[in-house]
Amino acid sequence: MEGLQLSLAELHQTFRGGKTRGVEWRKSQLQAIINLITENEAQIFEALHQDLGKHPVEAYRDEIGIVKKSADHSLLHIEKWMAQKKGWLPLLLFPASGQVLPEPFGTVLIIGSWNFPISLALDPVIGAISAGNTVVLKPSELAPACSSFLHRKVPLYLDNEAIKVIPGGSEVAEQLLQHRWDKIFFTGSPRVARIIMSAAAKHLTPVTLELGGKCPVILDSFSGSDLQVAVKRIVGGKWGPCAGQACIGVDYVLVQQKDAPVLVELLKNCIKKFYGDEVDKLQNICRIVNKHHFERVRNLLKDPSVSASIVYGGSVDCKNLMIEPTILVDPPLNSEIMTEEIFGPLLPIITLDKIEESIDFINERPKPLAIYAFTKCKRFKERIMQETSSGSLTFNDIMIQFLCDALPFGGVGESGFGRYHGKYSFDTFSHEKAILQRSFFLELEPRYPPWNDFKLDFIKLAYNFNYFGLLLLLLRRMMGRSDAK
Amino acid sequence: MCVYGYIYTYASKRPAFLFNKIPKSISSFYYTHYYGIKYTIIILYCFIYNLVYLSVSVVFVHPRVVFFLLFGSGVFKIFLIRAAMDAEATVKELRATYSGGKTRTLEWRVSQLKALLKITEHHEEEIVQALRSDLNKPEFEAFVHEISAVSGACKFALKELHRWTMPEKVKTSMTTFPSKAEIVSEPLGVVLVISAWNYPFLLALDPVIGAIAAGNAVVLKPSEVAPATSSVLAKLLGEYMDTSAVKVIEGAVPETTALLEQKWDKIFYTGNGKVGRIVLAAAAKHLTPVVLELGGKCPTVVDTNIELKIAARRIISGKWGCNSGQTCVSPDYIITTKEYAPKLVNALTCELEKFYGSDPLQSKDLSAIVNSNHFDRLARLLDDEKVSGKIVHGGQREKANLKIAPTIMLDVPADSLIMSDEIFGPLLPILTVDKIEDSISEINARAKPLAAYVFTNDKKLKEEFIKNVSAGGLLVNDTTLHLAVSGLPFGGVGESGMGSYHGKFSFDAFSHKKAVLQRSFAGDLGARYPPYTTKKLKLLKALLKGDIIGIFRVLIGW
Repeated sequence: MEGLQLSLAELHQTFRGGKTRGVEWRKSQLQAIINLITENEAQIFEALHQDLGKHPVEAYRDEIGIVKKSADHSLLHIEKWMAQKKGWLPLLLFPASGQVLPEPFGTVLIIGSWNFPISLALDPVIGAISAGNTVVLKPSELAPACSSFLHRKVPLYLDNEAIKVIPGGSEVAEQLLQHRWDKIFFTGSPRVARIIMSAAAKHLTPVTLELGGKCPVILDSFSGSDLQVAVKRIVGGKWGPCAGQACIGVDYVLVQQKDAPVLVELLKNCIKKFYGDEVDKLQNICRIVNKHHFERVRNLLKDPSVSASIVYGGSVDCKNLMIEPTILVDPPLNSEIMTEEIFGPLLPIITLDKIEESIDFINERPKPLAIYAFTKCKRFKERIMQETSSGSLTFNDIMIQFLCDALPFGGVGESGFGRYHGKYSFDTFSHEKAILQRSFFLELEPRYPPWNDFKLDFIKLAYNFNYFGLLLLLLRRMMGRSDAK
Repeated sequence: MCVYGYIYTYASKRPAFLFNKIPKSISSFYYTHYYGIKYTIIILYCFIYNLVYLSVSVVFVHPRVVFFLLFGSGVFKIFLIRAAMDAEATVKELRATYSGGKTRTLEWRVSQLKALLKITEHHEEEIVQALRSDLNKPEFEAFVHEISAVSGACKFALKELHRWTMPEKVKTSMTTFPSKAEIVSEPLGVVLVISAWNYPFLLALDPVIGAIAAGNAVVLKPSEVAPATSSVLAKLLGEYMDTSAVKVIEGAVPETTALLEQKWDKIFYTGNGKVGRIVLAAAAKHLTPVVLELGGKCPTVVDTNIELKIAARRIISGKWGCNSGQTCVSPDYIITTKEYAPKLVNALTCELEKFYGSDPLQSKDLSAIVNSNHFDRLARLLDDEKVSGKIVHGGQREKANLKIAPTIMLDVPADSLIMSDEIFGPLLPILTVDKIEDSISEINARAKPLAAYVFTNDKKLKEEFIKNVSAGGLLVNDTTLHLAVSGLPFGGVGESGMGSYHGKFSFDAFSHKKAVLQRSFAGDLGARYPPYTTKKLKLLKALLKGDIIGIFRVLIGW
């Protein structure tokens, strides 16, 4: 506890010192992050394998590559982001200039998640550094190898006076939350998010919450190679990222009744090709993170009416915490598998009479972090875009929006609020300070009391930016004066 | 005649020394055929029970007819029950409207904004009257700060709306090639706007404009501290707006509490930090995003090399000309050098007399203090031992009319009452420093304010100030004017709040920016999928780097 206080005092001191505001410092730290992950690639692969059984290619695609790309992107654009923007000013205020200047919040807290223990920890850190904040990173204790990797290595590469890694479980998080932060960035579950936001309320701390939700896939009728591609993308998006333990992974598929049998067949083939077909010989797929989550996912299948709907897989390997890719067709909609986020390798397929019904189906449930729609129909696309609400919406692919630096990444409603990635990461950790500069030259007398009718008329015209009317009013007044004389 | 009787009694306090044997609460169902003796006994029983236990009974005599028997401290509770029922019903209705999709259409948004504009055009007199009765606000201030500001914001939104709602195309990277990306602004849903009493018209409608422009259904809770404006708002919005999507709920703490218990898609609160914390904590239960527009002690730094007269006038118009200092962006205190302070005081005194006459308590151009609570609070600040000898101008007050004259205090100690909290009234303390550069550290030693002002012609000081002072907004050589600029975001940081609005920023505050990425089926990359190989790893590395040559090298196996 005392150690924490000292660390925080040091971070506050560093921030006040102004070092972190300089562009040089920010760039050097971003470069250091790149060095950290490229020089320790093998160790990261190893840690991810220990924690989640992640394959190196998957680890590179979802973790190292993401962080590197983010850091590169920030390095390239940081000067542009830091520059002040001009604000439009009405002529009435002439002579004046208006700007919006981004400034760092101060000391920020970033709480990572266990499913992508490296990228979901370092990606926000990149944003916080780019914006010039001092940072405390708390990696998830449920991915111990990665957490200890970050704890060991980050101080060797990054500026220890400004960036600290504090590993630990919920007690540590609780202690951290008692302190005053200038921003809290959290990735995880809605339950913990509520605790964090309540804690933040005491200090009026703004928060960004990156949560999950049941992300649906809408699959329109296809045939031939397009269907093949769609199936590949669904399989890759469901079981690829951390065996379905991903916030933007596919949660369930909506498809027309008549297309369901073909879809199931194709999914089965694809799964066999990608991951193998025996539960103890599965390859290229992550395991479940721990016993607790393993039991949770297994319990989803326990309900007899749910287990009756399994059409593929369903077997588990308790020793290695592996669960076979499992497909269910039409499990009861009130069962837990359809009311809670699955966060595991189970894929329910819900059949509908007409694919257009999917819009209502989705709108009856909390807003998800992502919606994926495979369709070629322009009208349907437009309808999905206008009538559903989600953090992001991707047509004809899965997860790929995560890679797009130009798009904001974040949820809405139950899936969180605030956004990051690219410039949005920078914005998330910056306060946009409005600056208006005036000179002493030119005074508008009607601004000041004592009030009279002329001043009121003047202001009325001024608010309408009716410059011609103003001119007339002034002329009239001048004439009036000379008459009086 | 057939009469149902259902009695629910709620006891909030139970004095142990009396009637210990009577059950703590009763809840039973009675059915009688006539208003007979039995019924009277029940009512009487409730009555006595209420008196003894300081409690409340609700007697449902007939379906739909509800009688309340209110006694003791339970009165508050009964309001809560009713308010909760109201709030729930309102939200339900608005949700139904929102899911109907009406509010999303551009036509609806335009029609509602035009209706708001009409309110400002046709009912100017009524609004000015309401503001006069609540705050004794001069007509000029009412017009400039409230009515015109609202109509200006409306017109701006009407003009720009089609541009704001257009999806924003963004560049995609090679990693996702071939693809098309855009950011679509969509409404959040049903939002709650809780406004403040100091600008009861503007601070209620300005956020509502943003919410409507973004296509949300809105509940507005005007401040109960400005009752006349609150009821005018309820009346006018009820007349002009689409009441199935825009509602005004009047009320005080119980109503607000009930509203905060509902699930909203955004809460926009203007007020103080104490309530701000309550709002944020309530929002946490439903994970609702919140905009908090709070206040803070806004510093004004006055350098020695300036046109003093102009600076003095601008300070006065920002302090006393804005609702007698009851404004979140009003200068709260001044920092200047020891030598310059007397000159500044002179200039302020001289200009004040020109503006408000020699007896400012009689001036029609000064707002009154909102109520006697606030009057007493300000009086306490004035009577604080540490500052009572420091008053160099003003100090007169008149409790009957709730008026306090513009008051300037020189060299107040930093630990005095007046320097610990936001003043929010017509008192202006002046702090002195040896060098004007010291003012920056003086400001940074306190919580971040909503606005910070500097009057200077020194370029270096200006730059230092902009770089090192953190505040919601900064204004050089003027006060409060940045509010009128729709191109600048208005909002606080740290203790002065979170989130911003005005102009396009209002629209953004009430919108969700949905990322939409469109891909085609062509260009499917095998490297994304298992079974994973080293070649795939190499290709991915090159791809994520955006390195075309690298991609070719991997593909041809070099």
